[in-house]
Amino acid sequence: MSDLKGVKLDRKLVAPSREIVSLERRLFLNKGLSLGALTMLTGCDVTDADSVQKVLWSMSRWNDAVQAAIFDPDKLAPTYPESAITQPFPFNAFYSESAAPRLDASTYRLEVGGLVREKSSWTLDQLYALPQSSQITRHICVEGWSAIGKWTGASFKTFLQHVGADLSAKYVGFKCADNYYTSIDMPTALHPQTQMTFKFADQILPVRYGFPLKLRIPTKLGFKNPKHIVAIFVTNENPGGYWEDQGYNWFSGS
Amino acid sequence: MGEAMAVTQAQSADIRKIHPLTIRWTHWINVFAMLLMVASGWRIYNAAPLFAFKFPRELTIGGWLGGALQWHFAAMWLLVVNGAVYVVYGLWTRHFRSNFLPLTPQLLWRDCKMAIRGKISHQPGVYNAVQRAAYLGVIGLLLVLVASGLAIWKPVEFQVMAALMGGYEGVRLLEFLAMVMTLVFVTVHVVMVILVPRTLRSMLGGRMASDANEGGLK
Repeated sequence: MSDLKGVKLDRKLVAPSREIVSLERRLFLNKGLSLGALTMLTGCDVTDADSVQKVLWSMSRWNDAVQAAIFDPDKLAPTYPESAITQPFPFNAFYSESAAPRLDASTYRLEVGGLVREKSSWTLDQLYALPQSSQITRHICVEGWSAIGKWTGASFKTFLQHVGADLSAKYVGFKCADNYYTSIDMPTALHPQTQMTFKFADQILPVRYGFPLKLRIPTKLGFKNPKHIVAIFVTNENPGGYWEDQGYNWFSGS
Repeated sequence: MGEAMAVTQAQSADIRKIHPLTIRWTHWINVFAMLLMVASGWRIYNAAPLFAFKFPRELTIGGWLGGALQWHFAAMWLLVVNGAVYVVYGLWTRHFRSNFLPLTPQLLWRDCKMAIRGKISHQPGVYNAVQRAAYLGVIGLLLVLVASGLAIWKPVEFQVMAALMGGYEGVRLLEFLAMVMTLVFVTVHVVMVILVPRTLRSMLGGRMASDANEGGLK
């Protein structure tokens, strides 16, 4: 109950903040880090933005390693009853809802490449033929808010095994129709709840939630759950990500 | 040390070492870590406010959400490692036992009444019951902040801890409240230091003159 209340309040405030975030990001990239407040408060000279940035990025890489060590491949994210589902479920992306890409189901192809035995392209019908299951889990945004939804689709582990992916490789990368991109560690890719999602709330994934294909990873923050996926590749070189390359922690596991 | 030996027996009774070196260092490192955690935490809060207000941008660090998160998850190591050194030191050397105990409801009530009447003694190096409760309380608050912070960071891996603290959304509220209470402590603490400035010198240099000798040290 308190969840619903919290989300309702959050959503009201999340929409304007998104614009501010992108504006702030530009300022941040243009001018470097403004630390006036901190300098005044502590009297310490921490204005050497370059070296401070290096330390912060190194700490983020250290936190990647710590999270990978903490990650338990068998530990399941909590699941919830249908009554706990957040309605309406918030839309979230780095653009407004009207800008979400509209892919044609008949011409859609999922490219599978990299360190896989069967480099191939999949039609939607082929994907829909995979065995499917549902989960009701909590989507947690990097901004702090959360929402519970129901997603249905195929086990990503089963899919990776099916295409003969090198399961000892380090990363799985995703390219999306909206030019978004992200990547995850192989242990998370093989987690039993990591899902190639075709349906949201028992309906074919609507455009706003990532039609035709999304990856649902309840052990990662929301921005690590790519939507409108058009290519999946297995690699040993970290492909980074749209937000990750700007400073969000790469692992971002829950 | 040389300075201490040079003073006469009578003087050394007045010029006492109040805070051991480890306590002073961990205190000031903690101040720095808490500044970073609060300033970055407020910026993170602003991305999805729990209440109908935001913190002023000028009081936050990081520039944007991603930057604030980098600060927060870097400074947390400083806060936790420094806090661990402090707690292990406090238990190992019996610093906690000898400075924060005994603390009974009766003692606390008595000293509270005296404090309200303005009659409480501020003896250098000896904490009254109100101080003992406050210092133990803020240690508890910092432990709650670390536990709730870990639960928000890793709500799946630490899901048992998160569930015990009210679930993901409950933990967000708990961390916020613990932050507010910690800042209430900090405010009172700083006001007390302003009222009794020689306590600041003791936390900086480890020494503090008694009331009678205050002038002689200047």
